[in-house]
Order: sequence, then structure tokens, then C-alpha cells
Amino acid sequence: MIIATTFLTCCVKLLLIPAYRSTDFEVHRNWLAITHSLPIDKWYYEETSEWTLDYPPFFAWFEYLLSFVAARFDKDMLKLDNINYASDKTILFQRLSVILSDFVYVFGVHRICQALPKGWKKDVVLPILLLTNCGLIMVDHIHFQYNGIMYGILLISISLMLRDQFKWAAFWFAFLLNMKHIYVYLAPAYFIYLLRHYCLGQTLSTKSLLTRKLYLNTLQLAGIVLGVCAVSFLPFASHLPQVLSRLFPFKRGLCHAYWAPNFWALYNTADKLASVILPLQGNQTASMTGGLVQEFSHSVLPTIAPGVTMGLTLIFSIPCMLKLFYMDKNPFNFLRCLVLSGLTSYMFGWHVHEKAILMAIIPLSIISIAEPADARMFLILSTVGHYSLFPLLFPAALIFVKVLLMLLFTSYAFYSLHKIHLARITRFALPLLNIWESLYLYGLTCVFLYENLLHKALGLQTKLPFLPLLLTSTYCSLGVVYCWGMYYLDFLRQEGAKTKSM
Amino acid sequence: MLMYCKISSEIWLVIFGTLVAVLLRCCTMLHSYSGEGTPPMYGDYEAQRHWMEITTNLPLKDWYRNTTDNHLDYWGLDYPPLTAYHMYLCGAVAGFINGNFTKLHDSRGHESETHKLFMRTTVLVGDILVYIPALILYYYTCVQLDKRKEEAKKNQKKGNKSVLSLKIFDPSLSVVLGLLYPGLILIDHGHFQYNSISLGLFIFAVICILHRWHISASIFFCLALNYKQMELYHSLPFFFYLLSTCIPKPGQTAISGLVYLTKISLTVVIMFIVIWLPFLFDVEDIRQVLHRQFPVARGVFEDKVSNIWCALNVVFKFKSRFDNFQMMRICLFTTLSAILPSSADLFLRPNVKKFVLALINSSLGFFLFSYQVHEKTILLAAIPVLLYFPYAPFMCFWFLCISVFSMTPLIVKDQLIIAFAALVVFYIVSFRVCIEHSFKSMFNSSEGLVEYYRRIGVILFNIENAKNLKLGTVIMLTYHKILLNKYALFALILHMTILFSLLGCAIIFVAGLLLDPPSRYPDLFPLITSVYSCIHFLGFFVIFNVKQLSLPQDFGDIKNMKIKSS
Repeated sequence: MIIATTFLTCCVKLLLIPAYRSTDFEVHRNWLAITHSLPIDKWYYEETSEWTLDYPPFFAWFEYLLSFVAARFDKDMLKLDNINYASDKTILFQRLSVILSDFVYVFGVHRICQALPKGWKKDVVLPILLLTNCGLIMVDHIHFQYNGIMYGILLISISLMLRDQFKWAAFWFAFLLNMKHIYVYLAPAYFIYLLRHYCLGQTLSTKSLLTRKLYLNTLQLAGIVLGVCAVSFLPFASHLPQVLSRLFPFKRGLCHAYWAPNFWALYNTADKLASVILPLQGNQTASMTGGLVQEFSHSVLPTIAPGVTMGLTLIFSIPCMLKLFYMDKNPFNFLRCLVLSGLTSYMFGWHVHEKAILMAIIPLSIISIAEPADARMFLILSTVGHYSLFPLLFPAALIFVKVLLMLLFTSYAFYSLHKIHLARITRFALPLLNIWESLYLYGLTCVFLYENLLHKALGLQTKLPFLPLLLTSTYCSLGVVYCWGMYYLDFLRQEGAKTKSM
Repeated sequence: MLMYCKISSEIWLVIFGTLVAVLLRCCTMLHSYSGEGTPPMYGDYEAQRHWMEITTNLPLKDWYRNTTDNHLDYWGLDYPPLTAYHMYLCGAVAGFINGNFTKLHDSRGHESETHKLFMRTTVLVGDILVYIPALILYYYTCVQLDKRKEEAKKNQKKGNKSVLSLKIFDPSLSVVLGLLYPGLILIDHGHFQYNSISLGLFIFAVICILHRWHISASIFFCLALNYKQMELYHSLPFFFYLLSTCIPKPGQTAISGLVYLTKISLTVVIMFIVIWLPFLFDVEDIRQVLHRQFPVARGVFEDKVSNIWCALNVVFKFKSRFDNFQMMRICLFTTLSAILPSSADLFLRPNVKKFVLALINSSLGFFLFSYQVHEKTILLAAIPVLLYFPYAPFMCFWFLCISVFSMTPLIVKDQLIIAFAALVVFYIVSFRVCIEHSFKSMFNSSEGLVEYYRRIGVILFNIENAKNLKLGTVIMLTYHKILLNKYALFALILHMTILFSLLGCAIIFVAGLLLDPPSRYPDLFPLITSVYSCIHFLGFFVIFNVKQLSLPQDFGDIKNMKIKSS
């Protein structure tokens, strides 16, 4: 099933080659040019194009390797000053490189399926859910990014965690962090689980804290993680601060141009509403969604500093980490905590992209086949999360493609998970969901219709150009916040010793 | 939703399949269309847009006439009135969206992203409204009728069908595969045409024939014919089959047959009058419309086509030996004699089961032998083959693949190579998955195709106590066994041939892409493609003719009639 599904999705990806590409396409072309034509000590200084290299070194090396193949397609794309260059061959090469690097993801899916206990669920349903994930297709193959290879590495690492091969799991996770540092969102769960079940061992007592094994394991793990980081950053050691300043640009705003549906989207909306209702002091009418990403200040509610977002993320991470620490060893709980850790950072993080929701959806699809409660969260979160990616693909020509991709994936998810968990269906409700959750999801169609038809028909385009975006992100953030809260509470309520079976 | 649990998984398969098929169509829409950015003539896309311009801006009388506002040299309307009406409708919507889309003269060669989206959407709408429902309905109709017949047969005698022969292919799988057929997607949504409408109407006509609703069948067929005159390829089987139903059966009076004949012919005449009404007031008009639709001057074939004339052209230059008129007569003669066997058989020994086969034979005969054939015309033969799919999945799959392959010169010209490769691989992989699935459920085992070949092996080569016998006797026994089970051997040979033939296609296609043709023969690869496919089509023509002729006359009809009339 994996092979057939891979082939079929590959064909769809091939068909999407001439589709619209975002500026990320130019970003990656520019990185190819940087890594190909400059010595490594200039990689992180180069700024001919506004899209400077802001991924960690391993990704730069990946681009460096790709650039040699690129030279065989079209040498002109490797010139630094060839800004916005997009010949047919360049497009073909870049698109194909994403499609081919996705095979790492396929391998990851294969490893995950192997690591799970036997059953048709993991032979048929799980590969399809993972491989045809419409969010990944939209972000990678239309919008243009290399997430497939990254999630592939993440899946490989998770599969190793499922098999208790902690050292390798840590290795791959460290490797992943050095490709794209955003995966640090997931690091707390890894850290706690490894600390508890690899370093400390089975029983928690003062005696076990002092064994030789503890030191040995801890040293080994630390050695692996630090070793990977060292390999990655040593060539850049002479200008490390410059590299780090590129990797963590706190000069960007609290939210992206289009607000990712998280807590801050609600906060901003509340601020907007308040500024409309309350009489304005001064003339702070700057639109927060308009234009490029800029720093902005709220008009009524207090303006948020980066420190606040980090503090909140930390505070909200602690309970579930403590819970994971005191739970018995069960990889599924690790996965749940991984999802929560990703979601918490997504909820409160600084300048979060809407694409980051995949970081919760993809691990969640693995456990969705385990328990009805997980499946329920997966269904809500994936529907809302994928819908929230729609504004990324704004050109009108893509409207059918994105709707169909999502419709297919969502209906398959509902259909197959319903079959797995054999849930009872109440009238008018979607399977596994209660009536309110179903109503909320039906509401997405209304949002969609408003955004694409009604808004134009009412002639509000010039007056309120950003209303559809605001509506989408506010509506979606309600769902995401709900999922996060419910899943969090579920996790905290869980009995630690309860063994989960597949 | 309550419906959720009530819908069986089979229906879900159809829903998912349809959604996937629509998704593929939508993705193909993103690719280039024929004549994109190539002034001054552009391609079929511009032709359709131009017709929208003509029909919305000029009075009905001038649609087919050469006037100062309507230069027939520049994509003059050359389809029957129904297409013109459809274009008028689309043109009205286009004018509503953006006046520049259809402005007289000024809009010539208009190209923009929104316009492309609009044009693509009109094709998609036609496809979803006509073709997709027609195909789904067809497969379910044919299973229904088959079941009814099987029950009738069971009452008569026990069936002694072999273990290996697939009964009728599962309709939901047929629907999925039928909708994924790459040829139509590429031509309609890539190259840009509205074939799905006329073909969908044609399928509706076939459905009506299967249900024995002959009047509505003729209505649908008239609609299809008046949308595209190419449907003439299918007209002979319709004509002969409907005529055969008018022949009084035993126990009927001659008058009842005559009445039926009048009914059908009146329907056809009325349909034509209604559709042609605006043009009927002037004989000159009719002549003009007809003249537009059958352009003799364009020669026996234009580019490389996989028919007899183009293939024989390698050794014998028809184009220079005969003038167009002579050539037309030669074509007419050969075409009629090629189609005669199947048509005569359909008329003299009518049977509904033969009908689809007769359609294949007639359209394939036309494609191979007639005058002024285009690569795209193979679709007219491919759709009846698609309809025959549930009865002979492997054979039809083979034909359909070759039919897509025969269109590669056109596809390369339209820069649809990526779409072509993706759609074909998608189709082949889904065929593999569907076959696997149906064999699995047939054998009730976890292996599908592997189990199938194992069983064939057992049937053909497994001899009991082979170790104790001499080599000679083993060979003799095997030989007898094979003689007894010819059908298994044929299946094996068929599968092998399909494999090698498709490999050949792949090699020719890839070679054409990678290698530069020698400067003396710039058209080398298109020519190889068309000769290769032409040989296949000839073979298929023979096979499908044999299949049709070997089916007996259906006496069930007559029996039913007797009961009714008595």
C-alpha cells in the first residue's frame, strides 16, 4: 500500500509542477546560488537578495549538494544577482528536488509502520493518512518548501523512539534540529522522555540516581547531541554570532502577515474589536495585517514583547512535561506529549507561521489510529489546521485544487477512522465528534463561502481588504485553541500507569 | 450525518474515485493549453474563445458565414449548431465576467490568467455535469442488466464457467478507472476541447439502448451528433440496431414494426428540426453550415495520425498520387467495407451485448480508414472501449494505453509531457491496484495477481506424480493439459504481450524525448509512434470484430416479445 500510494501521490505532485509558487521558491533558488558560488564563511553574511540564508548549516549543506545537480539543469539559476530568475528548467529542477526529497518522508512512514504492532490499520490507513497529508502537499508542492525531507527525518526519529533505540533517535532529532531549528518546538518532549526513560531508568529513586549507568547514558546522549551540533556549527565557528543572528531574527513581528491561528490571533482580534468599539486615543490606525511583516503595537491591549511569548510557552509546557516525567514508559504518551509540546509552542510562540501546525498534525496522525480520543482530536485539528493553510494558496486558479485536496484527505480521514474506532454516530454529527464540534467544522464552509464569494459580492474588497483573512484566522484559532485545551486536559487526566494497546 | 453509516464502502469508493478524478482534472487545468502564447493563429483554445466572440456579437445568421466581421479563415465555426449554442452561453457568461474576453475583433488572441481559469472552468463544468454522471450511470446499468441475465441463466442451467475468468468487473472499480482515463483528461483539460459533452451525451444514448428505451436513445444520440459531427463514427451501429428492433418479431404484425420505425424516425427528424431551426429558413444557410462541418480541402490527414493512410504513406505517397477527391472516394470505399461485417452482423443477428462492440468496431474502422482523421479522433474509439471495460479489463486497458500513446505527438506539441507522464502513471498504478483488489476478493486471499499467476501455473503445468514418470510422458501430459485449458494459456500470453507492448511504448516515448532525430527525418519519432500504434489498432480491430461475430444472436428479446404480445 505504501508503494502504490507513493506512486499515486507522486503523480499528483508532478501535475502540480506548473502551479503557483510563493516567494519561498525564490528564497530557495537564492540559497542554491549562495551555497554554490560563495565560500562557506560568507554564506551567512551574503545579502544581495533580501532572502538571506536563515536555516541552520545542515540545510545549507543540503542546498549545496542540490546545487551541483542544479548546475546540470540550468547554470543561470546559480548566479547570485539573478534575482527572481525562474526559467522552465529552474522550475522543473526545484519542483523535482522537492518531489524526490520526499522519498525520505516515504521511508520515514515505512519505518513508523514497521515499528507499530501488526494490523491492517497500520498497513493501509496510516500510510495513506501520512502520505497523502494535504497540508504537506499544499505547503511543499504548491507553496514550495522542503518540509517533506524534514518530516521524514522526524518520522525516522519517532520510529526509533517507538522501538526504544534512544541513541539513534536522539541522533536523528539533533540532525533535524540542525536542518531547521523550528523543530526545537518539539524538543522538550524529547528531552523529558529521554531523560526519564533512558538516563534515569525504570524506577525513580535516589538510589538509581547514583548508578554508573546513569552517567554513562547521560554522557552518551549529550555526546551525540553535542557532537551533531558541533559537526554542523564548527565550520562557522569564527562567526557564530552572525549565524545565530540570522537564525533567530527577533526583529520580525509577533504575528506573520497572515496571523497563524493561535492564541495571538485571538488576542489581536480582541484588540482590533476593542479599538473599534472604544474611542481611539491618538491615531494608531496602522493595519496589522497589511503589507510586509513589520513590528507593530496594539492599540488597546498591552503590546507583547518576545520575552512574554517565551515565558508563556514555558509556563504552559511545564505541566505536561511533568506529567510525562511521572508517567510509565509508553511511547504513545511520548507522542501525545510531542503533539502537545508542538501545539503549545504554536499557541504562544513569537512570529509563528501557519505551516507550523503540521508539526502537531503529523505526529498526531500516528496516534489517531490508537484511541478514539486521539482520533477525535486529529480530525478536528487536521481539518482546521489544513483549512488555515488556504490563505497561503491565494491565486484563484488554485481554488479547486486546494478544496479538492482537503476534501479528499478530510473525508478519507473521517471515513477510515470511523471504520477503525467503530464509533456511534449521532444525528447530524460527524463520526467521532459531538454535535458542537461538527457544527464548528460545518462552519468552515460558511467561512470559505464568505471569503470567496460573499465578500466580493458585498463589495467590501476595497473597504475591508483584510477582513476575510482576519475571519479565517480568528475562526480557525478558536478550533486550534479548543483542540489544544481539550487535548492538554485529556493528557493531564490520563492515568500514568494505564497501558495503551493498539 | 446519518448517511455516513448507511453508505456502503463500495459507494465510498465511487465517491473517492470521482473526487480524485476531478482533482486530476483540476491539476491538469494548470498546465498549458494548445497554442498558448503562439500568435498569430494560436490553437484550439483560441478557436473556442473566438467562437464565443462570434456567437455573442453577431446575429445568428452570420455565425457560419464569411462576413467582414467573421473571417472564416481565422477559426471559423466548424461544428454543428449545438456547439454554437453552447459557445453562445459560455460567451454570455464570459462577457458578464469581463467584457474584454469576447469583444468583437479586439479580443482576438486574448490570453490572461483569469481568462484561462474561466475557460478551464467551463470545460470542467461540462465534464462534471455530463460525462462523469454518464459514465457512473453506465457501469451500474450494465451490472444491473448482467445480474438480471445471470439469474435468468441460472434457472436454465448451471454455469460451467472456468475458475479464472473474471465475471463482470466490479462496477465501482470500473467507474474509478474509467474516470481516470488519461486521454480524455489530456485532450479536454490540457489541450482544450469540449469532447466530454458530446461523449457524455453519447454514453447516455448507450445507456438508453441497454435499457431498451429506443426513443430517448435516439434523442440523446441526436444531441451528441449535433454537438460534434465526429459522432457520425458511432452512427452506423445506432442506425442498424434501431432498425433491427423495428423488424417484427415472430408473433408481431408488420404494422407494429412500421409504427415503431416511424416513431423513431420522427423523433430524429423533430430533434434535428428543433436544433437546426434558426438555419432552416434559407437553403443557402443549411448548405453553408454543412459545408463548414465537412471540409474536404484539408486533405486525408494533417499531422501524423495512427491510421492506415499515414502508416502506408511511408511506402506509398498517397497525397501526391491522388487528389483530394479521389482520395476521399478511396477512403469511403475502404471505410465502408471495413465496417460492413460488424454492422451487418448487428443488423442481422441483433444482441444488446454486441452493441458496444459494434460501436468499437465502427469507430475504430472509421479512425483507421476514413478521410481527414485527427489524432484526437481516437477518443471516439476509446470511449466505447472504456464502456466495454468491465467485460475484458486487460484487453481494454491495453487498448486505452495505446490510444493515449498514439496521441503523444500532439501532447509534445502542446507541452503537456509532464501532465501526460503523471496521468498515465497514475492510471497504470490505479489499474494495478484495482486488479489486485478484485483478484483478492475473487480468490479470497491476501495476494491478488501473484495468486492468479500461481493458479494459471497450476492449471497449465502441474502434473501429479511427475517425479515417477519419464520426461516424454510428462511433456505429453503437459501438452494435453495445455490443450484442455487453452483459455489459461491465452490469458498468460495476453498479459505478457501487454507488458512488452507497453514497454515498447515507453521506450519509443523516452527515446523521442531524449534523442535528437537525424536531420533527414525530423519527424522520425512521431512517425514511429503512429506506425507502432497503427499496427496495434489494426490488431485490436480484428480482435474486437472476432469478439462481436462470435457472440450469438439474443433470442431472449424475441421470447420476451412473444410473452408481451400474446
